Amino acid sequence: MWRRKLLNHIMMGLSTLSALVSILFLVWILKDLTVRGISAINWEFFAELPAPPGEEGGGIRHAIYGTMVITLMASAIAIPIGLLAGTYLSEYARHGRFGLMVRFLSDILLSVPSIIVGTFVYALMVRPMGTFSALSGAVALAIIMIPIILKTTDEVLQLVPDVVREAAYALGAPRWVVITKVVYRGATAGIMTGIILGIARIIGETAPLLFTSFSNNFWETNIFRPMATMTVLIFNYAMSPYESWQSMAWGASFILTVFVLILNMLSKFLFRGRKYG
Amino acid sequence: MDRYIARIQDPVKIEIRHLNFYYGQFHALKDINLQIAERKVTALIGPSGCGKTTLLRTMNRMHDLYPGNRYEGEILLDGRNILDRKMDLMELRQRVGMVFQKPTPFNASIFDNVAFGLKLKGIRNRRELEERVEKALRDAALWDEVKDKLKENALSLSGGQQQRLSIARAIAVEPEVLLFDEPTSALDPVSTSKIEELIRRLGQSMTVVIVTHNMQQAARVSDYTAFMYFGEIIEFNSTDIIFTRPRIKLTEDYITGRFG
Amino acid sequence: MERFKDRLFRGFAFASTLLVILVVIAMGILLLVQSRPAIEKFGFIQFIFRDVWNPVEDEFGGLYAVVGTLLSSAIAIAIATPVSIGIAIFITELSPSALRGIFSSVIELLAAIPSIIYGMWGLFVLAPILKHRVEPWMIEHLGFIPFFDGKPYGIGLFNAGIVLAVMIIPYISSIVREVFSLVPDIMKEAAYAVGATRWEVVRHVVIPYTRSGIMAGIILGLGRALGETMAVTFVIGNAYRIPSTIYEPSITIASSLANEFTEATTDLHLSSLFLLAFILFLITFVVMSIGRLIIMRMGRHVA
Repeated sequence: MWRRKLLNHIMMGLSTLSALVSILFLVWILKDLTVRGISAINWEFFAELPAPPGEEGGGIRHAIYGTMVITLMASAIAIPIGLLAGTYLSEYARHGRFGLMVRFLSDILLSVPSIIVGTFVYALMVRPMGTFSALSGAVALAIIMIPIILKTTDEVLQLVPDVVREAAYALGAPRWVVITKVVYRGATAGIMTGIILGIARIIGETAPLLFTSFSNNFWETNIFRPMATMTVLIFNYAMSPYESWQSMAWGASFILTVFVLILNMLSKFLFRGRKYG
Repeated sequence: MDRYIARIQDPVKIEIRHLNFYYGQFHALKDINLQIAERKVTALIGPSGCGKTTLLRTMNRMHDLYPGNRYEGEILLDGRNILDRKMDLMELRQRVGMVFQKPTPFNASIFDNVAFGLKLKGIRNRRELEERVEKALRDAALWDEVKDKLKENALSLSGGQQQRLSIARAIAVEPEVLLFDEPTSALDPVSTSKIEELIRRLGQSMTVVIVTHNMQQAARVSDYTAFMYFGEIIEFNSTDIIFTRPRIKLTEDYITGRFG
Repeated sequence: MERFKDRLFRGFAFASTLLVILVVIAMGILLLVQSRPAIEKFGFIQFIFRDVWNPVEDEFGGLYAVVGTLLSSAIAIAIATPVSIGIAIFITELSPSALRGIFSSVIELLAAIPSIIYGMWGLFVLAPILKHRVEPWMIEHLGFIPFFDGKPYGIGLFNAGIVLAVMIIPYISSIVREVFSLVPDIMKEAAYAVGATRWEVVRHVVIPYTRSGIMAGIILGLGRALGETMAVTFVIGNAYRIPSTIYEPSITIASSLANEFTEATTDLHLSSLFLLAFILFLITFVVMSIGRLIIMRMGRHVA
C-alpha cells in the first residue's frame, strides 16, 4: 500500500512540477525581455531612424510604422474574406460535405508553417513584380489571418440560436438582413475576439515577411517597395554583431510582446461578454 | 379513426385544404382541413409530437428555411394559396407574424428591436418610427416598463418582458395574422397571465393562432380549438364545445387528462 | 431587389470560401512548379536523400535539413509530451477549481508570445546556460546514453528542442486538458470507490479513455514544431551536416529557408529551396490531416 501511495505522490508531484516549470519559463522569458528591453527604450527609440552601426542612439520609427501599415493592410484583406467565408460556412453550409471540406482545408491553412506562406507569396507576387513590397507582406499575413477569422466566425455564428434567426425571418426579413443585422449583432463579441486574435497572431509574425516585405533601413511609405517591420528588424539586429543594434532588438521585442499579450487578454475579456451561447 | 371538423360561422381568414406535409420521408401532417376565423383566437392542442407546431409553421412557411420538406394541398390566405411557388415569402411573413416558444430579443436596443420590422417595410421617418414603436409597446403592455430606457439593450430585460418585446416587435408591422408557438412555456405564472391577457386582446383586432400544450390556456384564450393527434386533426370546433362536450372519445380522454 | 441583394451577399460569401480552397491548392501547385528545376536535376525522392548542400558548386540535397527537422521536433515532442500531460493532470485533478482558469490562461500565454521572441531568448539567455552548465552536466552524467556524449555547444539541436518544446507545450496541454475533462466523473468515481489513488485513476481510467485525444494533441504539436521557423533559426546553429550528438548544430527546412531564400544566387539554389518548402508543406499537410481526422472522429463519438 505504501508503495502505491508513494508512486501517487511522486506522479502528482511531477505533474505539479510540470505546471510550475512551464509557468517559470514564461516568467523567465518575460523577465529577461523586460529587463533587457526597457533599458533600450526612450523617446528616440520611437521617434528616430536607426543610427549607423556602432553609433549610439537612433530608433526604429520606420519599423513601427511598417508593422502598423502592413498589419492594417493584412487586416483589411483578411477580415472581410474571413468573415464572409465563416458566414458562408455557418449560414449556408453548416452541414454537408462542402462545409466539411472547407473547414478541413481552412484548418490545414491555419497550420501551414508561416514560412511556407512566405515562399508561396514570393512565388505569387514578389517574383512576378520583380521587387519585395509591403503589399506582398500584407498578403502573406492575410493568408495567415483568414483561417483564424473564418474559424471563430463560423463557431460564434453557430452559437446564435436558430430561433433568433427565425424571429427575424418571421418579420419578413430577407436572408442577408437576418445575417447582417441580427446574427452578426448577436455574435459581435465573438467576431471581435476572432479579429483581435488574428491581429495578435500576425503582428508577431516574422517568417512570412522575410522574403515579401523584406526589410528597409530607411523611411518608406510606398507599399510597392520593401518596408521595415519590427519583427524582421529584430531578426536582423539580433543576428548582427553590434551591441547597440542587439539592444534595439530587445527593445522592439519588449514592445511587441507587451502589445501581443494585451491583445490576447483583451480577446479573453471580450469573449466573456458574448451574448448567446 | 373518428374525426369531427366543424365548419365555422365567422368570416374565414385562412382556409387549409387537404394539407400534407413531409420532412424528408416523415409524413408529419396528414390531410389537414381547417378554417381559421378572422379576428378570433384559434388554439391548436394535442400531445407533444402531434404536429401542432409543424402545422403552425406551415402558415408562414417557416419550414422553407430548412431543406428537405414538402407540402401538398392548399393554404388559402384571403383566398390566395400561400403554398404557391410564386408566393413572396418575405411579404407573406410581414402579413403573418410569429412569436416563439422562447423570447427572441435581438442583441440591440429595445427601440431597434421593435423598429426592426418597420425598417424592413421601408419606414425611415424618425417621427413615424417613434410613434409606431410606442404604439406597439403599448399594445404589448410593455410601454410603461420600458419607456425610459428604450436605448438599453433588449437582452437586459426579464424573460417575461423579453417575450412581450418579441410580441411588440411582431405586432409593430401590423400583421393580419399572428402565430404564437407555446409563447408562455418558458415563463413564470405572472408573466404567463399577462401574455394570455394580451393574446385575448390582440384577438379582437387580428387573427391569432396559438399552439399550446396547456389545455387551461387554450380554454382561457381561444374562441376555437383544434385537437391534433399523430399529425391529424381529430376534432375542431368552438372552444366551448371542445372543452364541455367533445364529440370524439379521444378528445375527451385528452382534455380530461386520461393520457398525454 | 431584396432577392438580388440576397444572391449578391451569398455570392460574395461563397466566393470567399472558394478563395480559401484556392489558396491551399495554389500553394501546393505553385511550390511544386517552382521546384521543377531541382526535381529535374536531382529527382524528387533522390533529393530527399542527397547529403549535400553546396551553393558554391550548385549541388543541393534535402537530407541535412530533413534530418535536422525531424530530430529537433523529436526532441521537442519527447520533452513536451510528459510535461503537457503533467500540466493537464495538475489542472484537471490537483489545482483548486477557482484557480483552474488562471493556470490554463497563464500557460496559454506561452502560445501567444511571438516565435521570434523565443529565438532571441534562446540565443542570448538559454544558449550560454546550456553551454556552460546544463550540457556539461548531461555529458558527465548521461554520456553513457548514445548521442548524449560529445561536447557542449549551447547552440544546436538540444537548444532548438527545448525552445520548441516550450512553444508547443501550451498547444498539447490545452488539447489534453480538454479531452481529460470529457471523461465522465462517474468513471473516475467508480475507480476511487474501489480505493484507487489519484495516479491510478489517471493511469487506468483517464489516460486509456482519452488515448486518441492525447495522440491528436501530440500530432498537432508535432505539426507545429516541424514548421516553426524563427525560434529555431536563432538557436539551431544552421550547420549542414548530420549531427552525431544531440548538442551539435544542425539545420531545419524552415531555418534554411529563412537564412538562404533571399540570398540564393542561382536558379537551381532557389528552386532547391522551393523544393524544401514543398517537402515541408507536404509533411505538415499529412501530419496535420492525421491530427485533425483523429479529432473529427473523436468529436463524432463524443456527440
